[in-house]
Amino acid sequence: MELRAEELTCVRGGREVFRHVNFRLTAGQAMLVTGRNGAGKSSLLRMIAGLVRLAAGRLLLEGGAPGAEIGEQVHYLGHQDATKPSLTVRENLQFWIGFQGGDGGVKAALEAADLAMLSEIPAAYLSAGQRRRLAIARLLAIGRPIWLLDEPTSSLDAASQERLAERMREHLAQGGMIIAAAHGPIGIESASELRLD
Amino acid sequence: MGALFALLVRDMRLAVRVGGGAIMGALFFLVVVSVMPFAIGPDLALLARIGPAVLWLGALLASLLALDRLFATDYEDGSLDLLMIGETQLELIVATKAIAHWLTTGLPLVLIAPLLALMLNVELRAVPVVMLTLAVGTPALTFIGLVGAALAVALRRGGLLLAVLVLPLAIPVLIFGVAATNAAIAEATPFSPPFTILCALTLVSFVFGPVAAAAALRHGLE
Amino acid sequence: MAIVELANPTRFLSIVNRILPWLIAATAVLLVIGLFLAMNAPDDYQQGATVKIMFLHVPAAWLGMFGWVLMSVAALGTLVWRHPLAEVAGKAAAPIGASFTLICLITGSLWGRPTWGTYWVWDARLTSMLVLLLLYLGVLALYWTADEPGRGARAAAVLSLVGAVNLPIIKFSVDWWNTLHQPASVFRMGGSTIDSTLLTPLLVMAVAFAALFITLHLAAMRNEILRRRVRSMRMMHAREMHA
Repeated sequence: MELRAEELTCVRGGREVFRHVNFRLTAGQAMLVTGRNGAGKSSLLRMIAGLVRLAAGRLLLEGGAPGAEIGEQVHYLGHQDATKPSLTVRENLQFWIGFQGGDGGVKAALEAADLAMLSEIPAAYLSAGQRRRLAIARLLAIGRPIWLLDEPTSSLDAASQERLAERMREHLAQGGMIIAAAHGPIGIESASELRLD
Repeated sequence: MGALFALLVRDMRLAVRVGGGAIMGALFFLVVVSVMPFAIGPDLALLARIGPAVLWLGALLASLLALDRLFATDYEDGSLDLLMIGETQLELIVATKAIAHWLTTGLPLVLIAPLLALMLNVELRAVPVVMLTLAVGTPALTFIGLVGAALAVALRRGGLLLAVLVLPLAIPVLIFGVAATNAAIAEATPFSPPFTILCALTLVSFVFGPVAAAAALRHGLE
Repeated sequence: MAIVELANPTRFLSIVNRILPWLIAATAVLLVIGLFLAMNAPDDYQQGATVKIMFLHVPAAWLGMFGWVLMSVAALGTLVWRHPLAEVAGKAAAPIGASFTLICLITGSLWGRPTWGTYWVWDARLTSMLVLLLLYLGVLALYWTADEPGRGARAAAVLSLVGAVNLPIIKFSVDWWNTLHQPASVFRMGGSTIDSTLLTPLLVMAVAFAALFITLHLAAMRNEILRRRVRSMRMMHAREMHA
C-alpha cells in the first residue's frame, strides 16, 4: 500500500496556506508533519481525510481497499475529542464503533486506553487527558490502515504518551501508516519529517 | 444501516438527557400559544376562529428554534468532521438526524396540541384532526429547516439567521396546514385538497431537505 | 436540638428519616377526614354536587402559591446567606408547587365545564394560575438544563425572586385584561359567600394538602441531597482515575 501526494495546494479563507507539497508513504511508515502555527498542518491532515478540497495537486492511494475513497480508509484524530458530555464513556465509544464499523470490542479498547474503570462515568466528568484517551480508544477500536493524528499527545501525561507510542509502533508493524502533526517528537524514531512553512 | 441506527439512537439519547432539548420544544410551544391570547383578547369566538392558526404558528416557531442545535453541537465538538468522513452518505446521515430531531421535538408538539387546542376553545371533535395535520406537517417543518440549520452552522451564525432563511420556505406548509385544519373544523370547505397537498409537501421535503442540507454542509465547511 | 443544626445536611437527613413516617401517617389521616367531610357537605342550590370540586381546587390554588413563596424564601437563603440546604429546598419545592398549580387548573377547568360549556374561558383567576404554571415551568427548565446543580440552583433562585416580584403585576394585568371582554355568563369560582358548612371541609382539606406538601417536600429534599452525593462521588472517582 502506498499513499502519494503530488503538488498539493491548500487555500483557506482566500489565503494560500501551503503549496507544492509532495510526499510518499508506504505501509509500515510514519510521517511527522511539523511547522509553526498556521502553517497548515491540520489543513493537510483534513485534506487527506477528505474534509478540505484540494485547490491543486493529486492524492493517490495504491493498494488500498478497491472502490473505496481515501477518506474511508483513514482514521482522523483531530484537535477536538468528539465526546458527548451527557453520554457515558462506554456509550460514547459504542456509538463510534457502531457508526464507523470497528471490529475491536469496547472493553478491549477501553482497557488499552486505561479507561476501563471509568466506563460508566458521564464524559462530562472527565479531565482533558481522559477525554483524549477516550478519543485514542476510538482510534484503537476502529481498525483503519491509515492514521491521521493531529497533535495526538496533547493533554496526555508521560505514561499515556508512552502507551500511545507503543500502540503506534504496533500499528506500523502490522503494515499501517501514520501521519501525525505535532510540534515535537511523538515517540516514533523512524518517522520521516515533512516541514510546512 | 447499522450505522444510521446507531446515529438515530445516539441523537435521541442526547436529546432526552440533560441539556438535550427534548422537552424544551414542547415547553416553548406551550408558552407561545398560552401567551398569544393575551395579545388577542379573551374573546372566545375570535380565539376559536383563529385557534388553528395560533397552533400552527406556535409549532412553526418551536420547530425552528429547536433546529438551531441540530448541527451546532456536533460541529463544536468535532463529531461533525467524523460523521462526514465515514462511508455512510452524508444525505442519509442528515436525514437520520432530522428523524431523531422530529421524534424528540416535533412529536411532543403533536402530543400536547390537544391541551392547547382546548385552551383556545377549539371544538373537541376537531382536536384529532388538528393533531393529524400537525403530525403530517411538523416533519415538513423539520426537513425544510434542515438546510437553514446547515447553512447557519457553515457560516457560524446563530438561530436568527436560521429563522430568516427558513420562514419563507415554510410558508406553503403553513398555508396548507392551517387550511386543512380549518376545513376540518368548519366543514365549509373540503378537507382533502389541502390535506393531500400538505402530505405531498412533506414527502417532497423528505428528499430535498437532506440533499440541500448535505450540499450546504459540504460546501460551507470545507 | 437547635434549629441551626438542621443546616447540616447529614443531620437533616437523619431528622427527616425519623419524622417522615409520622408525617405520612398524619397526611393520610387528614386527607381521609377532609374527603369524608367534603363528600358529606351539602350541595349548592345552583351548581349541584359539582361545587364540591372547590374542595380540591381552592386548597390546590393556595398551595400552588405557597410553593412559590417557599421557593422565594429558599432563593433568599441561597443568594444572600448561602445556606447549604436552601438550594435543595428550592429545587425540591418547584415540581410540587407546579403540580398543585396544575391540579388547580385541571379541577378549575372541570368545574367550569358544566357552568361555561367549555373547558377554558380565560377567566381572570384561572388565567393568573396558568401564568403561575408557566413561571414554574420556566424554573423547572432551568433546573433541567443546568449541567451543574449549583449553577442551576442559583439561576433558579434569581428567577424565583424575579417571579415573586412580577406575580402581583401579572395578576393585576390579567384582571384588567379580563375586563376588556365580559364572558357571557359570569360565575365566580369561589361562590359568593362561603357557608360555614362548606368552610370546615375546605379548611381541613387545606391543612391536609399542606401536610401533603410538606411530606413530599421533605422527601424530595432528601432525594436531592442523596442525588448530589452520588454525583460528587462519581466526580471524585473520575478524578482519582486520572493517573
